[in-house]
Amino acid sequence: MEDDEVEFPGARRPDRRRWVDSGGVRLAVVEWGDQDAPPVVVAHGGFDFAETLDVFAPLLADAGWRVVSWDQRGHGDSDRAALYSWDADLRDAVAVLDSVTEGPVPVVGHSKGGSLLMYLAGAMPHRVSALVNLDGLPSWGRMSDVADRERSRTLRREIGSWLEHRRTLVGRERKPGSIDELARRRGRMNPRLSVEWLRYLVTVGATRSEDGWRWKIDPTMRLGGFGPFHPEWALRHLPGLDVPFLGVLGLEQEVMGWGTRPEHVAGFLPRDHRFETLEGVGHFVHVEQPQRVADLVTGFLS
Amino acid sequence: MSDRRTTWIQHNRVRLALHELQSGTGRPLLLLHGLGEATPELVPAGLRWPGPVLGLDFTGHGESTVPTGGGYTAEILVADADAVLARVGSVTLVGRGLGAYIGLLVTGARPELVRGLAITDGAGLVGGGTEPGSPSIVYPEPGRTGSPDPYALVELSRDPRPESYVQNFMDFILDGSELEEPVNIDTSLRPPWIETLLGGPGVSRDPLAVALDRFAAIP
Repeated sequence: MEDDEVEFPGARRPDRRRWVDSGGVRLAVVEWGDQDAPPVVVAHGGFDFAETLDVFAPLLADAGWRVVSWDQRGHGDSDRAALYSWDADLRDAVAVLDSVTEGPVPVVGHSKGGSLLMYLAGAMPHRVSALVNLDGLPSWGRMSDVADRERSRTLRREIGSWLEHRRTLVGRERKPGSIDELARRRGRMNPRLSVEWLRYLVTVGATRSEDGWRWKIDPTMRLGGFGPFHPEWALRHLPGLDVPFLGVLGLEQEVMGWGTRPEHVAGFLPRDHRFETLEGVGHFVHVEQPQRVADLVTGFLS
Repeated sequence: MSDRRTTWIQHNRVRLALHELQSGTGRPLLLLHGLGEATPELVPAGLRWPGPVLGLDFTGHGESTVPTGGGYTAEILVADADAVLARVGSVTLVGRGLGAYIGLLVTGARPELVRGLAITDGAGLVGGGTEPGSPSIVYPEPGRTGSPDPYALVELSRDPRPESYVQNFMDFILDGSELEEPVNIDTSLRPPWIETLLGGPGVSRDPLAVALDRFAAIP
């Protein structure tokens, strides 16, 4: 049997844990830093979980912030739900904000979490005092040079495979494995992250039972799916923002990223914005370069 | 007095109720109800079908499971209907309102299994327009629980239905169906997604009864 503790330089488990109820779904909320420090709320990306912030969040905490994050429904320690949707994730985010303060608060979101908070800032401008988006600006990027017919074929394939997936969900479990095996699997999604980090991630994002480790994420969740979503819809929430906005884009293309380039976003930036592009950094900007991104964020928020 | 028979289909964590309103042999007619509705107790008046008549209660509706905390999408209802196709095979569909839109997506996803789709008026026919409006965070009526799920009522009344998306599904139907006119539209309301269909091939505009007679005659 392996150890269930793996050390990673700079990684610190959350200082506090609590639960928040969102319409009957129990969300796992974690916090780093002084309870009385000014709060900042951080949202993780899809197929991620709050403790991938275990290096980034302590850096913000050490700079004087109370960092609050949560496992989105179906992720990490939060309840698995029967249904998942954008609307539900938004209500969950508001429930977490409500548990911190009724007033405006700075928010930081990575990937899908960035998109989610961008939408939330559009829907509830009175709840957000500053918005940081870490590689969470969807755009046509990758799709723009794809012909309509190819896009239509892709949609058809997606629908077919998604429906087949839905037909095989009853009783599904994640595949068990050793820490190294799970780290290797995760490495396919995150090819730029170090093995040491991925091994650490297994010990906080998976649970161990007799036959091995399993990721905590709901085994019925699946990347992809289909729907009428258009990436540009997400960017529409930006120009009207009346709070400071920091956008950070990792320029290194990888499988989990959205292929967004600065020129795709340029026409949507709000009046008060900073926009940083990081050469040689992939989609997980705050995991690859925690100190650099934490400096950007704390500099921007102060 | 209803003598409908109910069987159950497990779709992930939701138990779906599939009702048989009329028994028989041959290809079933499958009714897809509108938003906030449920499968009726009896075969609706004026609806003639030579074979079995079935009705699915979508997730959060009728006798199907009402999940906790919402999270509805049109796509998950498509998978509800697909779970019925996995059980019974080939069907002809009659959709009311939201069920008609879901019917279109299901037919596009399984054009070889859906032998005719009849689109009719009903709750949830319009949806959220061709693209999202201003962002908003939606909550169900406070204190209300049970079926129909109050989360379903708010979440499924605002799903965007872009013309290009609808056209994609109609193209899948035209590519995959052997029928000359696999879709019939008999509605008074014509929201943009229906107008999109009416402007193209493969769509008939007969009264429902006429369309069903035609679909019934298809082997």
